[in-house]
Amino acid sequence: MTVAAPSHLTARERARRAARGGASRSVPAPLLAPALIAVGFLVLPLVGLLIRAPWGRIGAALSGADATQALILSLWTASASTLISLAIGVPLAWVLARSSFPGQRLLRALVTLPLVLPPVVGGVALLLAFGRTGFIGRYLDDWFGLTIPFTPVAVVMAETFVAMPFLIIAVEGALRSADQGFEEAAATLGAKRMTVFRRVTVPLVAPSLGAGAVLCWARALGEFGATITFAGSFPGQTETMPIAVYYALETDPDAAIALSLVLLLVSIVVLISLRDHWLRGGSLS
Amino acid sequence: MRRFTVIAVALAAVAAAGCSSSGSGSSGSSASASPAGGTITVFAAASLMGTFTQLGKQFETAHPGDTVKFSFGPSSGLSEQITSGAPADVFASAAPANMDTVVSAGDASNPQNFAQNTMEVATPPNNPAKVTSVNDLAKKSVKVALCQPQVPCGVVAAEVFKNVGITVKPVTLQPDVKSVLAQVELGSVDAGMVYVTDVMAAGSKVNGVKISASDNASTEYPIATINSSKHKSEAQAFMNYVLSPAGQQVLTAAGFEKP
Repeated sequence: MTVAAPSHLTARERARRAARGGASRSVPAPLLAPALIAVGFLVLPLVGLLIRAPWGRIGAALSGADATQALILSLWTASASTLISLAIGVPLAWVLARSSFPGQRLLRALVTLPLVLPPVVGGVALLLAFGRTGFIGRYLDDWFGLTIPFTPVAVVMAETFVAMPFLIIAVEGALRSADQGFEEAAATLGAKRMTVFRRVTVPLVAPSLGAGAVLCWARALGEFGATITFAGSFPGQTETMPIAVYYALETDPDAAIALSLVLLLVSIVVLISLRDHWLRGGSLS
Repeated sequence: MRRFTVIAVALAAVAAAGCSSSGSGSSGSSASASPAGGTITVFAAASLMGTFTQLGKQFETAHPGDTVKFSFGPSSGLSEQITSGAPADVFASAAPANMDTVVSAGDASNPQNFAQNTMEVATPPNNPAKVTSVNDLAKKSVKVALCQPQVPCGVVAAEVFKNVGITVKPVTLQPDVKSVLAQVELGSVDAGMVYVTDVMAAGSKVNGVKISASDNASTEYPIATINSSKHKSEAQAFMNYVLSPAGQQVLTAAGFEKP
C-alpha cells in the first residue's frame, strides 16, 4: 500500500508538470542522485516494517487486551486533546493574528515553543508544574485531593501541550492571509463581532482549521516522550499506542510490528485527508 | 564545469556519509586493528548503574589502554537489543531469564552469576502515605510505582507480593528500576518497589522500608561475553574483573549479596 503511494504521487506530479507546460521535465543529474538517496532513506524503513510484518497472526497480535486498550485510549485521548486545542487554541490564534499588544511576538514565541521543544522536556516541565510536588499540582493535591500524573487526564494534557501549537500555527497563518473584506462587510451590515467570527471568519479559514486539526490529532496520537514522562505507563490508563509499541518490542516483537502497522495505516489516512483539505484550500483562495 | 563540481560534492557527501555510518555502526567494537587495547561496550541492568560505572573506572585503571562504555537499561530491553544485533561485548543481566534469551539465541554462552539482590520498598523521605510495611502497598490510597512485568524488578516484586499474599494495583509501570526510584524521589508516588541496592545508592533522597527475609524474593545477576564481540579478550577480562575479589568488594559495598 505504501509502496504504491509514492509512485501514484509522482505520476500525478508528472501529469501536473506536463499540464503546466513541462518547463523542467528532466531532473538534473546532480539533484537526482541525492534525491533518490533521500527517497530510499525515507521509504526503506517502512518497507522493512511491511516485510517483517507477521501477516498471518496480525489479528491475534492485535486482539490482545493490551493492544485493544492502547488503541482505544490513544484514539479518545488524541481526539480529546484536539477538541481542547480547537476550543482554546483557535481563539488564541485569532488573538495572535488579529490584535496587537505589547509583547505579542514574545507570546507567539512562547506558545509555539512546544513545536521545537523535545517532548520529553515538555513531560518533565508538566511534571514539575502539575505533578504531585509541582508548584501547581501541590495545591491541587492539598486542596482537592487531585493527582494528575498516572491518569488519562495527564495523557490528554501531555498530548495537548505538544500538539496544540500545530493547530495554532495553521489557523493563525490562515487568519493572517484571509481577506478581511468579508468581515468588514459583515460588520458594516450590523453583525456583532462574535457573529462575524462565527459566521464569516471561521468558514473562511475552515480548510486550514481542518488541516490544522488533523495535524494536531496526528501529533497527539503519536505522542510518546511527554506522555511517558508525565503520565507514566499503565495498560488501559496511560499506556497509549506508541508506548505499547515500545514495550511490546521487548516482549512480543510481532505485536510491536502489528501495532506499528495500525499506526502506519492511520498516518496514511491522515495524509490522504490532509491532501484533500489542502486541495480544497487551494481552490478557495 | 559547475555541474561537475556539484556532482563531486554530492559524491563526497555520500562517501562521507557512508564512512561515518559504517564507523558508528561498529562504534562498540571499533579499533579492532589495534592489539594494545580496545573499547568494550557493556550492556548492564539499570540496577548496576552505580557499581558498574565504578567497576569500569577501576578496570580502566588496571588495564591501561582499555576503555569501557556502558549502556544501562531494563534487562529485558537490553537482551532484545542484543538478539537484534546491538554491538555489545558483555551483557550483565538482573535475572537469569533475560540472559537465557540471549544464550538460546546463540549470542552468548556460559554465563556466570556474580551477584544477588533483594527488594525493598522506597518511599519519599517524608513518607506521605505512612508506609511501614510492604503490606501497606495493597491499600487503595497508596500510589505505587512498579517496574514493567517483563523487567526483572517487576518479576521479583510480583514474587514478593505473592509471598506476602497481597494484590497491588500500581499507578504506573516504569521501564526500569531507576525510573521507579526517580518517581519516588520526585514524590510523584507514595512508594516504589526497588532493590535494596537502589535504596542504599539513593541515600537520603528516599526512605527505605525493609521487607522481612521470609517475605522477600531475590534475583541472581548473570554476566557473559557476547559471541559476536570483536574484543573477546577485553570482554573476558572485564567479566573476570567483575567476578574477582576486587569486583565483588565493590558490589558488596553497594549492598549486593554474593551469588
